[in-house]
Amino acid sequence: MTMMGTDVLADGVVLWRRGGFVEDRWARIGDEDALPPEGAVIVTLARWQDLRRSDAPGAWEVGVALAAGDDVREIAADLPRLALITLDFPKFTDGRSYSAARLLRERYGFAGELRATGEVLLDQIPFMRRCGFDSFAISHEPTRRALADGRLTDVPIYLQPVSERGEVPVGTRPWLRHRA
Amino acid sequence: MYRYDEFDRAFVEARVAQFADQVRRRQAGELTEEEFKPLRLMNGVYLQLHAYMLRIAIPYGTLSSRQMRTLAHIARTYDRGYGHFTTRQNLQFNWPRLEDIPEVLKELASVEMHAIQTSGNCIRNVTADHFAGAAADEVADPRIYAEIVRQWSSLHPEFSFLPRKFKVAVTGAATDRAAIRTHDIGMEIRRGDDGGLGFRVFVGGGQGRTPMMAHEINPFVAERYLLAYLEAILRVYNRWGRRDNKYKARIKILVHERGIESFRTEVEEEFAALRDGALDLPADERERIAAYFVPPEFETLPVEAGRLSRAIAANREFGDWIERNMHPHRMPGYASVTISLKPVGGVPGDATAEQMEAVADIAERYAFSEIRVSHEQNLVLPHVRKNDLPEIYGRLQEAGLATGNVGLITDIIACPGLDYCALANARSIPIAQQLSERFADPARQREVGDLAIKISGCINACGHHHVGHIGILGVDRKGEEFYQITLGGSPAEDAAIGEIVGKGFSAGEVVDAVETIVDTYVALRQSPDESFLGAYRRVGEAPFKEALYGG
Repeated sequence: MTMMGTDVLADGVVLWRRGGFVEDRWARIGDEDALPPEGAVIVTLARWQDLRRSDAPGAWEVGVALAAGDDVREIAADLPRLALITLDFPKFTDGRSYSAARLLRERYGFAGELRATGEVLLDQIPFMRRCGFDSFAISHEPTRRALADGRLTDVPIYLQPVSERGEVPVGTRPWLRHRA
Repeated sequence: MYRYDEFDRAFVEARVAQFADQVRRRQAGELTEEEFKPLRLMNGVYLQLHAYMLRIAIPYGTLSSRQMRTLAHIARTYDRGYGHFTTRQNLQFNWPRLEDIPEVLKELASVEMHAIQTSGNCIRNVTADHFAGAAADEVADPRIYAEIVRQWSSLHPEFSFLPRKFKVAVTGAATDRAAIRTHDIGMEIRRGDDGGLGFRVFVGGGQGRTPMMAHEINPFVAERYLLAYLEAILRVYNRWGRRDNKYKARIKILVHERGIESFRTEVEEEFAALRDGALDLPADERERIAAYFVPPEFETLPVEAGRLSRAIAANREFGDWIERNMHPHRMPGYASVTISLKPVGGVPGDATAEQMEAVADIAERYAFSEIRVSHEQNLVLPHVRKNDLPEIYGRLQEAGLATGNVGLITDIIACPGLDYCALANARSIPIAQQLSERFADPARQREVGDLAIKISGCINACGHHHVGHIGILGVDRKGEEFYQITLGGSPAEDAAIGEIVGKGFSAGEVVDAVETIVDTYVALRQSPDESFLGAYRRVGEAPFKEALYGG
């Protein structure tokens, strides 16, 4: 299967959103790398804190990559200036970024793209979506294959009220939701 | 009892289909064992020493006769004809084949049961007082709240990959029959100053290799804020609980390292942001769920139960059984009765398919088809007429279930140990069996009185040895099974962690050592009314040490 000339099943990382695979227009800039003159760049929290302090208005669209242990409160005030935040799953069993995602969406009202990175596996994607993630950087081959085949098994009745926009209340229990 | 509505049914059916697909992908090699493991664990499937093990949720320990018959059918069809009731009010099957498990889950779903979150680093099956809805001293029925927490925690998207497992228990009375102080979160239902219902909330208790008693984090959380308060605690834990060392990953370590004051401040901050939102529990919805737990239609009976009194007078053995196994009920003429799964020489908590069916039949005939599982690994008929107890006793005798030893020295809690478990260092079951044989004489058991022996086959403490009046911990010493003895523990409202009495004993010595401890207690107690725990707290460990190890 190909997507704009890329084989989504080949080695590497591909980006998936609801509806299918998409091209990644964001460039990830390491802390030691020079920033391009313009464009969409993803920087670390430390780099962002430097950029934020500098007076020079950038010509970039900025995204920030948060590690699993980073405290989202540190960028809460900056959210209107950010178009994308990536939250990392260093291991798929490390669930810290689920809380970070809900805080960004529900507490701080982040409306930009929220991307899951790291060990993003098929069976965790439904949980991630419910917490507010809307894009997924996927390196795991069986996961890419399953998504390419349209196999994403969810349990479409939910027992927690979260802010995910695709869910609506159902029945009388205040915490019950189903997929719209 | 709780009945599924269309949404609950759809939820469990979708979950079964999802797991069937996960099993298929594992068998096709699309999932590695490492990737499959957390998925199967969230459905209660363990890989043990000899086979897969399936742990079935019995929410707050409540079962109907129909559900019990299905468990018997599963035991007979997919296992070796028996099951094992656990200290978390669950049931384990020790020999299912992985490929059969989706089918077993379908059978369970047909009677509104499942195995969701009986394992894994998520919020586990919620436990409650086994006399819920029946006990004379109850403030409110804890099952209502345990059910609400069960729902909220099922496939919670934020809390399915916590640093470690997470156990919640609810008790409906100040007498703690759910061991809430040894849970990650424990809740005691109480009334607030305005007369409204709420919870005294404890956090950070646990057993395992670092046993800790929970701290009170809030003396009163109003009922409507139950879920918001729990979500606040879980979020603080999920974000900041340690993930660098699995032995330091439970919430008790976070609470201990930060201090309860600092932890409380952060929880209250989170709670302030979450309260008065979608997680609020409106009174009418609480009422709707409470209606599922509406008591059966009790008859108006006299307080005096003449038939029972006459049967006790006529049959000494029956009288002894009543004395130990009957518990006061809030309705005149009714009682709760415990069915001991601790026959002399038996495996604590095991029941055969035939025994499960016998209990289902007895419950249907005499007890409104309701059965409970206690965390002491016994079964309970919560609502029976006192005057029916002679017949119930007769039926239980036929099924080999009429042991009258509740709370006595042979009512032993034991984990599966090295006979089954991949984590164990030593066997638990044979030690429990030998102890129950050593103390088999009913007269001797009654003379010793209330005494809880709890046995774990490793430091994970599934057999609750830390809170045994006498605790036994199996350890591996250079390839040999050894047993460490602790004294003075308790899981109840007088909760305490037992103290190690001295060097351990070999498998051949440990039963004698326990007998020495028991004889020492009987010799030094002030009167037969002074319990083992009371005596131990009065005299300390010195006389027991002296008796075990000499001067």
